[in-house]
Amino acid sequence: MKKFMLVNRKAPYGSIYALESLEVVLIAAAFEQDVSVAFIDDGVYQLKKGMQTKAIATKNFSPTYRALEDYDIDKLYVESESLAARGLVAEDLITDVKLIDRAALAELMEQQDVVLSF
Amino acid sequence: MLHIVNKSPLEKGTLDTALGLARSGALLLIEDAVYAATRGNGAEPKLREAMQNLKVYALMPDLQARGMADRLIDGVNPVDYEGFVDLVVEHPNCQSWL
Repeated sequence: MKKFMLVNRKAPYGSIYALESLEVVLIAAAFEQDVSVAFIDDGVYQLKKGMQTKAIATKNFSPTYRALEDYDIDKLYVESESLAARGLVAEDLITDVKLIDRAALAELMEQQDVVLSF
Repeated sequence: MLHIVNKSPLEKGTLDTALGLARSGALLLIEDAVYAATRGNGAEPKLREAMQNLKVYALMPDLQARGMADRLIDGVNPVDYEGFVDLVVEHPNCQSWL
Protein backbone atom coordinates (compact mmCIF):
# COMPACT_ATOMS: atom_id res chain seq x y z
CA MET A 1 0.00 0.00 0.00
CA LYS A 2 1.27 3.45 -0.93
CA LYS A 3 0.57 6.78 0.65
CA PHE A 4 -1.19 9.03 -1.87
CA MET A 5 -1.91 12.70 -1.40
CA LEU A 6 -4.15 14.65 -3.75
CA VAL A 7 -3.53 18.38 -3.59
CA ASN A 8 -6.54 20.52 -4.55
CA ARG A 9 -5.86 24.18 -5.22
CA LYS A 10 -8.67 25.21 -7.61
CA ALA A 11 -12.18 26.48 -7.02
CA PRO A 12 -15.00 24.22 -8.26
CA TYR A 13 -16.89 24.90 -11.56
CA GLY A 14 -14.47 27.53 -12.95
CA SER A 15 -12.34 24.66 -14.23
CA ILE A 16 -12.55 20.86 -14.40
CA TYR A 17 -9.76 20.22 -11.85
CA ALA A 18 -11.94 19.79 -8.76
CA LEU A 19 -14.17 17.19 -10.39
CA GLU A 20 -11.18 15.34 -11.89
CA SER A 21 -9.53 15.17 -8.49
CA LEU A 22 -12.65 13.67 -6.98
CA GLU A 23 -12.67 10.97 -9.69
CA VAL A 24 -9.07 10.08 -8.86
CA VAL A 25 -9.84 9.95 -5.12
CA LEU A 26 -12.53 7.36 -5.83
CA ILE A 27 -10.20 5.34 -8.08
CA ALA A 28 -7.45 5.34 -5.45
CA ALA A 29 -9.99 4.22 -2.87
CA ALA A 30 -11.08 1.35 -5.10
CA PHE A 31 -7.47 0.14 -5.13
CA GLU A 32 -7.38 0.36 -1.33
CA GLN A 33 -4.55 2.83 -1.10
CA ASP A 34 -3.76 5.13 1.81
CA VAL A 35 -5.36 8.33 0.50
CA SER A 36 -5.11 11.83 1.92
CA VAL A 37 -6.77 14.81 0.28
CA ALA A 38 -5.40 18.29 0.90
CA PHE A 39 -7.32 21.50 0.20
CA ILE A 40 -5.15 24.59 -0.25
CA ASP A 41 -5.73 28.09 -1.71
CA ASP A 42 -9.00 28.23 -3.72
CA GLY A 43 -9.28 24.44 -3.29
CA VAL A 44 -10.99 25.06 0.06
CA TYR A 45 -13.97 26.45 -1.87
CA GLN A 46 -14.69 22.92 -3.13
CA LEU A 47 -15.99 22.06 0.34
CA LYS A 48 -18.29 25.08 0.83
CA LYS A 49 -21.77 24.19 2.06
CA GLY A 50 -24.95 25.18 0.23
CA MET A 51 -24.01 24.90 -3.45
CA GLN A 52 -27.00 25.33 -5.79
CA THR A 53 -25.83 24.67 -9.35
CA LYS A 54 -29.14 24.44 -11.21
CA ALA A 55 -28.85 27.91 -12.76
CA ILE A 56 -25.42 27.18 -14.26
CA ALA A 57 -26.60 23.79 -15.59
CA THR A 58 -23.75 21.92 -13.92
CA LYS A 59 -23.80 18.94 -11.57
CA ASN A 60 -23.20 19.80 -7.92
CA PHE A 61 -20.60 17.22 -6.94
CA SER A 62 -19.95 18.53 -3.43
CA PRO A 63 -22.16 15.91 -1.65
CA THR A 64 -19.66 13.29 -2.84
CA TYR A 65 -17.08 14.63 -0.37
CA ARG A 66 -19.49 13.72 2.40
CA ALA A 67 -19.70 10.14 1.05
CA LEU A 68 -15.93 9.58 0.98
CA GLU A 69 -16.00 8.25 4.52
CA ASP A 70 -17.97 5.24 3.21
CA TYR A 71 -14.92 4.48 1.03
CA ASP A 72 -12.63 4.69 4.08
CA ILE A 73 -11.30 8.06 2.99
CA ASP A 74 -11.43 10.17 6.10
CA LYS A 75 -8.19 12.12 5.78
CA LEU A 76 -9.39 15.42 4.37
CA TYR A 77 -6.97 18.17 5.32
CA VAL A 78 -7.85 21.83 4.97
CA GLU A 79 -5.06 24.39 5.31
CA SER A 80 -6.27 26.84 7.94
CA GLU A 81 -4.48 29.84 6.40
CA SER A 82 -6.27 29.32 3.07
CA LEU A 83 -9.65 29.04 4.79
CA ALA A 84 -9.11 32.21 6.82
CA ALA A 85 -7.99 34.21 3.75
CA ARG A 86 -11.41 33.50 2.25
CA GLY A 87 -13.44 34.50 5.29
CA LEU A 88 -14.52 30.91 5.93
CA VAL A 89 -14.55 28.73 9.05
CA ALA A 90 -14.87 24.96 9.52
CA GLU A 91 -18.64 25.27 10.05
CA ASP A 92 -18.97 26.58 6.47
CA LEU A 93 -17.74 23.27 5.07
CA ILE A 94 -19.92 20.40 3.88
CA THR A 95 -18.14 17.65 5.78
CA ASP A 96 -15.84 17.07 8.76
CA VAL A 97 -12.26 17.88 7.90
CA LYS A 98 -8.96 18.08 9.70
CA LEU A 99 -7.93 21.74 9.91
CA ILE A 100 -4.16 22.00 9.90
CA ASP A 101 -1.74 24.85 9.47
CA ARG A 102 0.76 25.25 6.65
CA ALA A 103 3.72 23.87 8.63
CA ALA A 104 1.84 20.69 9.59
CA LEU A 105 0.65 20.20 6.02
CA ALA A 106 4.21 20.58 4.73
CA GLU A 107 5.31 17.80 7.05
CA LEU A 108 2.45 15.55 5.95
CA MET A 109 3.33 16.14 2.30
CA GLU A 110 6.91 15.04 2.96
CA GLN A 111 5.65 11.66 4.18
CA GLN A 112 3.82 10.75 0.96
CA ASP A 113 4.91 8.22 -1.66
CA VAL A 114 2.86 9.87 -4.40
CA VAL A 115 1.56 13.45 -4.64
CA LEU A 116 -0.98 14.31 -7.33
CA SER A 117 -1.70 17.93 -8.10
CA PHE A 118 -5.03 19.42 -9.16
CA MET B 1 -17.41 50.88 -20.13
CA LEU B 2 -18.45 47.52 -18.72
CA HIS B 3 -15.54 45.49 -17.34
CA ILE B 4 -16.15 41.75 -16.97
CA VAL B 5 -13.88 39.63 -14.77
CA ASN B 6 -14.13 35.83 -14.44
CA LYS B 7 -11.00 34.81 -12.48
CA SER B 8 -10.67 34.22 -8.74
CA PRO B 9 -8.97 37.22 -7.09
CA LEU B 10 -6.74 35.06 -4.90
CA GLU B 11 -5.53 32.85 -7.75
CA LYS B 12 -4.89 35.31 -10.58
CA GLY B 13 -3.99 38.98 -10.94
CA THR B 14 -6.82 39.65 -13.39
CA LEU B 15 -8.99 41.62 -10.97
CA ASP B 16 -6.05 43.86 -10.02
CA THR B 17 -5.34 44.67 -13.66
CA ALA B 18 -9.02 45.31 -14.36
CA LEU B 19 -9.38 47.60 -11.33
CA GLY B 20 -6.22 49.44 -12.32
CA LEU B 21 -7.61 50.24 -15.76
CA ALA B 22 -11.31 50.61 -15.00
CA ARG B 23 -11.80 54.31 -14.23
CA SER B 24 -15.57 54.55 -14.36
CA GLY B 25 -18.60 52.62 -15.48
CA ALA B 26 -19.34 49.14 -14.23
CA LEU B 27 -17.56 46.00 -13.10
CA LEU B 28 -19.35 42.67 -13.52
CA LEU B 29 -17.96 39.67 -11.62
CA ILE B 30 -18.81 36.25 -13.07
CA GLU B 31 -17.65 32.62 -12.63
CA ASP B 32 -14.75 32.36 -10.12
CA ALA B 33 -14.49 36.16 -9.89
CA VAL B 34 -17.68 36.22 -7.78
CA TYR B 35 -15.54 35.16 -4.80
CA ALA B 36 -14.13 38.72 -4.82
CA ALA B 37 -17.61 39.97 -3.88
CA THR B 38 -17.94 37.75 -0.79
CA ARG B 39 -17.46 38.94 2.79
CA GLY B 40 -14.13 38.11 4.38
CA ASN B 41 -12.37 37.32 1.11
CA GLY B 42 -8.86 38.76 0.87
CA ALA B 43 -9.93 40.92 -2.07
CA GLU B 44 -12.76 42.64 -0.14
CA PRO B 45 -10.82 45.84 0.74
CA LYS B 46 -9.76 46.54 -2.85
CA LEU B 47 -13.25 45.83 -4.13
CA ARG B 48 -14.74 48.24 -1.58
CA GLU B 49 -12.30 50.89 -2.70
CA ALA B 50 -13.21 50.30 -6.35
CA MET B 51 -16.90 50.71 -5.49
CA GLN B 52 -16.27 54.43 -4.96
CA ASN B 53 -15.77 54.87 -8.73
CA LEU B 54 -17.46 51.84 -10.25
CA LYS B 55 -20.84 50.20 -10.00
CA VAL B 56 -20.12 46.60 -9.08
CA TYR B 57 -22.31 43.66 -10.06
CA ALA B 58 -22.02 39.90 -9.38
CA LEU B 59 -23.74 37.14 -11.30
CA MET B 60 -26.14 35.42 -8.90
CA PRO B 61 -26.23 31.98 -10.58
CA ASP B 62 -22.43 31.77 -10.12
CA LEU B 63 -22.69 32.82 -6.47
CA GLN B 64 -25.42 30.24 -5.85
CA ALA B 65 -23.44 27.47 -7.55
CA ARG B 66 -20.51 28.18 -5.22
CA GLY B 67 -22.64 28.33 -2.07
CA MET B 68 -21.74 32.01 -1.62
CA ALA B 69 -25.05 33.78 -2.38
CA ASP B 70 -25.61 34.71 1.29
CA ARG B 71 -22.16 36.27 1.66
CA LEU B 72 -22.44 39.05 -0.91
CA ILE B 73 -20.72 42.29 0.22
CA ASP B 74 -23.18 45.16 0.84
CA GLY B 75 -23.27 47.52 -2.10
CA VAL B 76 -22.53 44.86 -4.72
CA ASN B 77 -25.56 44.43 -6.98
CA PRO B 78 -26.66 40.86 -7.72
CA VAL B 79 -27.75 40.24 -11.33
CA ASP B 80 -29.19 37.25 -13.16
CA TYR B 81 -28.49 36.35 -16.81
CA GLU B 82 -31.07 38.90 -18.03
CA GLY B 83 -29.35 41.55 -15.94
CA PHE B 84 -26.05 40.50 -17.54
CA VAL B 85 -27.54 41.13 -20.99
CA ASP B 86 -28.98 44.48 -19.87
CA LEU B 87 -25.54 45.60 -18.65
CA VAL B 88 -23.97 44.73 -22.00
CA VAL B 89 -26.69 46.62 -23.84
CA GLU B 90 -26.55 49.68 -21.54
CA HIS B 91 -22.82 50.25 -21.94
CA PRO B 92 -21.32 51.55 -25.18
CA ASN B 93 -18.51 48.98 -25.02
CA CYS B 94 -17.16 46.26 -22.81
CA GLN B 95 -13.87 44.61 -21.93
CA SER B 96 -13.72 40.98 -20.86
CA TRP B 97 -10.62 40.41 -18.73
CA LEU B 98 -10.10 36.76 -19.66
